[in-house]
Amino acid sequence: MTVLDVSHVTKIYNVRGAGQIRALDDVSFTLRSGQTIGLVGQSGSGKSTIAKILTQLETPTTGEVLLDGKPVPRRGRGLREYRQRLRMVFQDPFASLNPYHSIGYHIERPLRLDGVVPAAEIDAEVRRLLERVRLTPDAVIDRRPHELSGGQRQRVAIARALASRPSLLVADEPVSMLDVSIRLGVLNLLADLQREEGLGVLYITHDLATARHFSDEIIVLNQGLIVERGSADDVILRPQDPYTKELRAASPDPEKHFASASGILGGAQ
Amino acid sequence: MTAIAPIPTGETHDDALVVGTTATRAVKGHARVPWRFLGSRALFYLFTLWAALTINFFLPRMMKGDAVDQYLARNRNVSPEAAEALRALLGLDTDKTLWQQYLDYWGLLLRGDLGVSLLHGLRPVTEVIAQALPWTIGLVGFATIVSFAIGTIGGAVIGWRRGSRLDALVPITTFLGTIPYFWLGLLAIAVFSVNLEWFPIGKAYGVGSKPELSLEFIGEVIHHGTLPALTIIIASLGGWMLGMRNMMLTVLDEDYITVAQAKGMPNRRVLWGYAARNAVLPQIQSFALSIGFIVGGTIVMEMVFSYPGVGKLLLDATNAKDYALMQGVFLILTISVLVANIIADIAYAFLDPRTRQTEA
Amino acid sequence: MNAPAAGTPETLAVRTRTVAPASAPTFGSRLGAAFAMFRNGKSLTGLAIIGFFVLIALFADVLAPYPPTKVDNARRFEPPSADHWLGTTHIGEDVLSQVIHGTRGVIVVGFLAAAIATVIAIAVGVIAGYLRGWKSESLSALTNVFLVIPGLPLIIIVASMFEEPPLWVIAAVLGITGWAWGARVLRAQTMSLRNRDFIQAARANGEPLRRIVTVEMLPNLMALIAASFVGTVTAAILGLTTLSYIGVIPVTTYNWGTILNWASAQGAFRQNQWWWYLPPGLCIALIGVALSLVNFGIDEYVNPRLRSAGERARALRKKGIDVNDAVTAVRSIPARTTTPDDELAQNPSR
Repeated sequence: MTVLDVSHVTKIYNVRGAGQIRALDDVSFTLRSGQTIGLVGQSGSGKSTIAKILTQLETPTTGEVLLDGKPVPRRGRGLREYRQRLRMVFQDPFASLNPYHSIGYHIERPLRLDGVVPAAEIDAEVRRLLERVRLTPDAVIDRRPHELSGGQRQRVAIARALASRPSLLVADEPVSMLDVSIRLGVLNLLADLQREEGLGVLYITHDLATARHFSDEIIVLNQGLIVERGSADDVILRPQDPYTKELRAASPDPEKHFASASGILGGAQ
Repeated sequence: MTAIAPIPTGETHDDALVVGTTATRAVKGHARVPWRFLGSRALFYLFTLWAALTINFFLPRMMKGDAVDQYLARNRNVSPEAAEALRALLGLDTDKTLWQQYLDYWGLLLRGDLGVSLLHGLRPVTEVIAQALPWTIGLVGFATIVSFAIGTIGGAVIGWRRGSRLDALVPITTFLGTIPYFWLGLLAIAVFSVNLEWFPIGKAYGVGSKPELSLEFIGEVIHHGTLPALTIIIASLGGWMLGMRNMMLTVLDEDYITVAQAKGMPNRRVLWGYAARNAVLPQIQSFALSIGFIVGGTIVMEMVFSYPGVGKLLLDATNAKDYALMQGVFLILTISVLVANIIADIAYAFLDPRTRQTEA
Repeated sequence: MNAPAAGTPETLAVRTRTVAPASAPTFGSRLGAAFAMFRNGKSLTGLAIIGFFVLIALFADVLAPYPPTKVDNARRFEPPSADHWLGTTHIGEDVLSQVIHGTRGVIVVGFLAAAIATVIAIAVGVIAGYLRGWKSESLSALTNVFLVIPGLPLIIIVASMFEEPPLWVIAAVLGITGWAWGARVLRAQTMSLRNRDFIQAARANGEPLRRIVTVEMLPNLMALIAASFVGTVTAAILGLTTLSYIGVIPVTTYNWGTILNWASAQGAFRQNQWWWYLPPGLCIALIGVALSLVNFGIDEYVNPRLRSAGERARALRKKGIDVNDAVTAVRSIPARTTTPDDELAQNPSR
């Protein structure tokens, strides 16, 4: 059981000559393995900042991140071990893969860096990972990212994240740049993997519907502040905070709009 | 242990623009006039000036010692004060420490004393340079501005009319730019001065004339200056045209151009008010950067045409091993380049609304 | 693709198809991909011309009909003839042989200076782009200082301090004064690369710094480095010939600039001895054009807009539309015989 504590994290950015921007304001939550938390908010709310802080690409201005009760080390062996246990899936499936390297290379690197399996078994492990994300290894291993579709690339990104056998996964809007028709497939893959591996997943998104579908608990972020949190159903179906209510009202609802548009469409289904 | 890229505790990753955060909740804000941008540029230029002057200080000291000694030995009728200044400038005071020499050097500079020129009858270096500088600035400044204007406007039109026959102008002008400039100048002389005899062979004015502010003299100057100016313009046109055309092509692909056209704006306005206006900003930046190269071209031009500017001064000084003059000319050239860069930066700061906005 | 796992929508199962396995890339195909930027008409033409000059430089001794310094006082200032294809100089030396031998100095100094400058530019530029804060700013300030200080006067003064500088010294001086431009461009590009997700992913995965720079970033910077290198060769060749013509570089070294120096000193321009002063200048111009062509080719590879903009406009003009027209003409399209759904069933994708 791995426990990640985000404890009173505040992040302030300086803009030269224009003051400061408070991206995160006293944010705290706990992520445990086997659990999924949905982090919901509009663009500019601080969601990506959280992801960067958790992956140690940024440091908090105040507050800290604790893994199993101990602060995350800033360098050296401790940092490396932390990084092996927490991995990230990025939003843009094209930008997160190096256009010059093959798919096999992308999956191989974390295996080599973290020594998860002995060198002789690396090829087999690469194939196994690709199969787990439901890609055909022979078809993709030697291709470059631009030869794959968006959905396939995102699966590769997930396979890369799983390579080091992490306990925790940060998924930063993993499907928002994919076609709507394949989003569910990728999300269900993530759900299956989470169940099978017992991962703790922080699912960052602006889409309430998928957040509810996918998460146990939901945290709502508005301009760096947590405005509401609770079980997924509670937050979505019985929102307390005015901002959450606004978010929910802004979600498209086919029934609501169909009634007013039926005149234009002439009653066609 | 491999060298993982840790985040050193001292380093701040808080620059919002660098990190690219989309967070919007501002805590403190303050509006400013665009002095910050200009202020940081001014700081940079001061630093560059200091670096250039320090290089200038070390240059003669890097030469073989006997060369400089011979220099003074050759010229006995140098006055004691002048000799003193020359020693300080050229590093002959071996009895003083390097640091003391450096301070003496700065003292001289701040007093405006650059030594005396052996080549020019022991006149002060500042005087010699002051006489030559206007010729250079006049000719090269004029030619460069004309070339920049024609090249930029031409590039804008060529970019706008992409796919037309005008596209052929680009490789032609680029070819003219890759021809070594001195060769172009010599060819121009061979064709226009020697064979056709339309223009005089060189110099800024006729051999017997004296500089004065008469119409006749000005006419002579223009007559003598046409060929050098023309060669500079033709040689540098290609660069401006190509740069502007490429920027135009990139800008014309942008959606806001399509929106402007869809709104029904007349083509003329879209071309000049929208596209060219945005494409010209990088042009100004590259103009600032190319000033150093323009200076190089000047030196060549003045040699080819025997034009009495600072470039020719430098070359004559180099050949005659007049070290004080060499040092002085390098100093003036560097300062001119810095001044031109500052002017270009000021122009850019006021033209680009983004620099004004990030301050506000 | 196998049967869909429980929970995946039906449509996903219909749309997937097996992708034919790709053959493992051979070394040849990888090399071809790396040099894709050179695979267009302009670049190839330029490279061919440069190759021609390199061959001449290599085989100068064999190709030149006479030793370049062979004096023949009986045949001075002669226009081109059967014996001397490019005529003779003021003391009867064969101009063609001089031009052929001059190629060596130009090629060696040009490429060596560019190599030195590019290595420095990569080191300073990429590191300055990757680091942040004061380290990056100070490297950038250093670059800008070298950029602003006028190069030619500095080289003139430095070169005049040497008596008979060997070729590599000249190349080193040209290289050290010429790296700043490339460094500046590389720094800007590296900074933008650094924020790309795949670099962030590499950092988050714990890749060591040297691997991030060499394996992840450098391949993406190749086109820029190539363009910078080519541009520096041009500048170095022009600088070398100009300095030789001025006389700052002593006239004992052979290159096209020194030939022009002699020609000019002997009044060839005033006496219309075109066979002496035209060929060296034309050679410099030709190699300059070749290098520009290569750079144009790289430009179009990097920025496809440059390549296609003119083509698109021409294609439109053939249809009678001006690319700058605000209104697009509407035409009638022949009726389709299949519906979009039929097409999709015939060609399942993804």
